[in-house]
Amino acid sequence: MTLLSCRGLRKEFGGHVVLDRLDFDVAEHEVVALIGASGSGKSTLLRCVNLLEEIDDGTIHLDGEHITDPRVNPDKVRQRIGIVFQAYNLFPHMTVLENIVLAPTRVHKVPRATAVATAREWLARVGLADKAGEYPDRLSGGQQQRVAIVRALVNSPRLLLLDEVTSALDPELVGEVLSMIRDLKSEGVTMVLATHEMGFARQVADRVCFLDGGRVLEQGPPETVFAEPAEPRTRQFLSRIIEAGRL
Amino acid sequence: MTLSPAQQDRLAYRRRQTLLSVLVAALSTLVLGVLLVVAVTGAPGWARVRESFLDASVARESLPDVLRGLWLNIRLLFFCAIGALALGLVVALLRTLRGPVFFPVRLLATGYTYTFRGLPLIIVLYVMTLGVPGLRLQGMPSTLVLGGIALVITYSGYLAEVFRAGIESVHPSQLAAARSLGLTYRQTMRHVVLPQAVRRVAPPLLNDTVALQKDVGLVSLAGPIDAVRAAQIHTAETFNYTPYIVAGVLFVLLAIPLIAITDWVTLRAARRQS
Repeated sequence: MTLLSCRGLRKEFGGHVVLDRLDFDVAEHEVVALIGASGSGKSTLLRCVNLLEEIDDGTIHLDGEHITDPRVNPDKVRQRIGIVFQAYNLFPHMTVLENIVLAPTRVHKVPRATAVATAREWLARVGLADKAGEYPDRLSGGQQQRVAIVRALVNSPRLLLLDEVTSALDPELVGEVLSMIRDLKSEGVTMVLATHEMGFARQVADRVCFLDGGRVLEQGPPETVFAEPAEPRTRQFLSRIIEAGRL
Repeated sequence: MTLSPAQQDRLAYRRRQTLLSVLVAALSTLVLGVLLVVAVTGAPGWARVRESFLDASVARESLPDVLRGLWLNIRLLFFCAIGALALGLVVALLRTLRGPVFFPVRLLATGYTYTFRGLPLIIVLYVMTLGVPGLRLQGMPSTLVLGGIALVITYSGYLAEVFRAGIESVHPSQLAAARSLGLTYRQTMRHVVLPQAVRRVAPPLLNDTVALQKDVGLVSLAGPIDAVRAAQIHTAETFNYTPYIVAGVLFVLLAIPLIAITDWVTLRAARRQS
């Protein structure tokens, strides 16, 4: 069943076209990796889906609902979509636990005790049970990013967007975040991840989309896209990645 | 654990250097102090100045009245500081509202900060304490309250800009994170932006409060007797300026705790940044 459906998306920043009549679909329980050069529109696509950016043309449907209708309350839409950012964006003045329970208690009106219990369960699952009372700046980048993912997940989003979540991490910390995402996939969480980790995209994604010039230039199962890319642009991009030793 | 000779040598050297710095500092302070005392007491008019500014008996005599005046300053400071902080925050929030509906509100808030930062406090005071009562409205508050309102109006103009600077210093990614969790604009302000903003601008906010502490005395222009006005009355009676010195010392003593808190908050903020 189609969970997310983008049609003819267009987004420009000051005359520079970032998304150009882009079509993009995600089925329920599917994990889609967005790859492409910097500036190819991966992050912009995710931010548009989460209504953090206003699109300049096209439509986005979530669960069949037209969410880019101006009469739709964006707050209600965002409650059903989680997003995790490259720079974690944890709230520095709140402890890890407070970061996680903020949305459940304030937005979803979950009783505080229940929210805290859920948060602690999640923290234990990702090996951060002892960090509940810490402030984010006392945590490593990998730990902060796992907290950020938990913060998005406790709201049980229909769709989880991951925007280059390992790009700011030291190489030895990337693994802990990737293994967490792998666990989420096995639980059937629908995810769209913009990534530079080609090896990881190949392992975890059901489908890889190569973005170029603001459109999905090529997509398919990772085996096909990585092994026998049809488009010259995709081949060029992948060969550069291989040169850099990232695949 | 034994240290290597190289480290022992380094520590010994640093100890010697520290001792030397302390000695130099003490000596230079002493020399400067002696020079100042000699320059002032050696001045040809020193005897007259000491008589008219530092008369102990006049000081004792004026102290109760000056203290009574100071109590007025303290009460005014307390209420005006709270009022100005609250109003300043409201004005700052109004200035950050987006959307065409809020255009007039935004315009009003912006005009407010421009007007009352530009308008001299004394003029606001005169208009409030002398002009407004002239309207002869029912239930007109006392001159003291009207003067306090003038202070609140003027200072909230400054404080609003400090608050706004704090609000704008919170990185947009924090807003994005909060909104992406489904928080409304109000919830985002309340739980994410304001706590960070206020923490960041606490030092300049307190600094303005110290400035307010000195300006509350200006209400005496309209009648109420504050510390400086009490000192002035005594000066006029005795032809001796010592009461001013008494009031000045009391003001500094009053400011010390507030300034100390400001420094402490600033230091803590700086430490949290690093």
